[in-house]
Amino acid sequence: MEFMPEMQMHQPISVEDAVAQYSAAPNGRYLAGGSDLLVNIRRGIEQPDSLVYVNNIPEMRSITEDGERITIGGAVTLRELSQHLSVAEHFTAVTQAADEVAGPSHREYGTVGGNLCLDTRCIFYNQSEWWRAANNYCLKYRGDICHVAPGGKKCFAAFSGDVAPTLLLFDATVEIAGPDGRRQMPLADLYRNDGMDHLTLGSGELLVAVHIPKPTAAITSAPMTSAYAKSRIRGSIDFPLAGVAVRMAVTGGKITDLRVGLTGVSPLPFLAKGMDKFVGRVADESCLEEIRDKVRAGAKAMKTTTTPPHYRRRVAGALAQKLAASIL
Amino acid sequence: MVKTVLSLTINGTNRDDVIPDNMLLVDYLRENVGLTGTKIGCDGGECGACTVLINDRPRHSCLTLAVTCQDAKVETVDGLSKDNRLSALQRGFDEKLGSQCGFCTPGMIMASEALLRDNPDPDEAAIRDALAGNICRCTGYVKIIEAVQFAADITREELAS
Repeated sequence: MEFMPEMQMHQPISVEDAVAQYSAAPNGRYLAGGSDLLVNIRRGIEQPDSLVYVNNIPEMRSITEDGERITIGGAVTLRELSQHLSVAEHFTAVTQAADEVAGPSHREYGTVGGNLCLDTRCIFYNQSEWWRAANNYCLKYRGDICHVAPGGKKCFAAFSGDVAPTLLLFDATVEIAGPDGRRQMPLADLYRNDGMDHLTLGSGELLVAVHIPKPTAAITSAPMTSAYAKSRIRGSIDFPLAGVAVRMAVTGGKITDLRVGLTGVSPLPFLAKGMDKFVGRVADESCLEEIRDKVRAGAKAMKTTTTPPHYRRRVAGALAQKLAASIL
Repeated sequence: MVKTVLSLTINGTNRDDVIPDNMLLVDYLRENVGLTGTKIGCDGGECGACTVLINDRPRHSCLTLAVTCQDAKVETVDGLSKDNRLSALQRGFDEKLGSQCGFCTPGMIMASEALLRDNPDPDEAAIRDALAGNICRCTGYVKIIEAVQFAADITREELAS
């Protein structure tokens, strides 16, 4: 990888300046940690002519907390997130996910916003220029055939950020700044099920912060616990083959709350459907096996990694079962 | 070509250089500054050979644009020895045979340096965690872990005496 396009760097110190600089050069990209974007630039997948570096913006660099919610700036590093005590206390799965992203050096500069807006990944996409050229490229970039599903016109590149499914467990919202001002929306609305265009952000829009509402008294009346685990090829430093986040509360042996978030198995992170039916059930072994099977059925992985899809589906179910058992 | 004046401290020395905006930190260190201790391995953040310290924390210099290091304190393996005396970690890697072909060693040492500044008495699990992003294809890691433990031990002994 030697390719490095001509680029102009902007280093704004306010969100408004960042948006203005991006708008003036619409072929640019926002740059935070760069642990994914710079790799993609060097592989020729991204070819921006300018970069707007957002890590010098104080507003985006802090984690703040009040009685109702915790706000995490988009340029907070994954290490800072994983070491934040209040996040760990209320949202254990978020801490665990932040601590599972890539390797320790990546977490020093990889950011929350970068992990949430991570480009989708596929074995036919995250390759060198000559490799992709030899395969006539692919639907996601420069080509017209999806090598994963050659018959269709849909891209299945998988969203592979670890933090997003854990934030979905807690109804997090994201604050977006753009040329038309600021808006907030549920994190789930940031994503769409399209590997080619999986973010709903408009041109020039920047993820400024994530807000996580603290658990209300109604929920905290039963001890609610959450956890995250992932399967990966290189145990110390890899994207998830499947990543699973579980939030669960059990009172008197019965499940009173259950959510399962998934990543790495489709173009977007999502909450598995059908978990409501387990509420009220006795949390015994057969119930956990049913949860496993339901999660497995909902994880529709495609051949976007070197590991076959059926394994990733099985491992998603197994991780959900294991995490639920650990919470009991 | 868009260029920017970069002011920073490298291994304790202040520098000002006019560099292209698209220049990677590892290229700046090796080509402009002449510090070739930092190695380019995988070029994609997967091997850790290019690890340097920026403001005391480890970072991949192959995935860092040099112009983002404005006013930063950058440290490389080239700056660790003082007055012709190897640092504790360099001695550890020498004494305990933590280095074979040596290509991963600069990254291993800088990642370990960050660990020891943070935690002067790490157990084996902490060392393994800190070096999880650094690949070595020669040693099997056992000798590297011993080298870091050795460095931690002699540093504490020197401070105590």
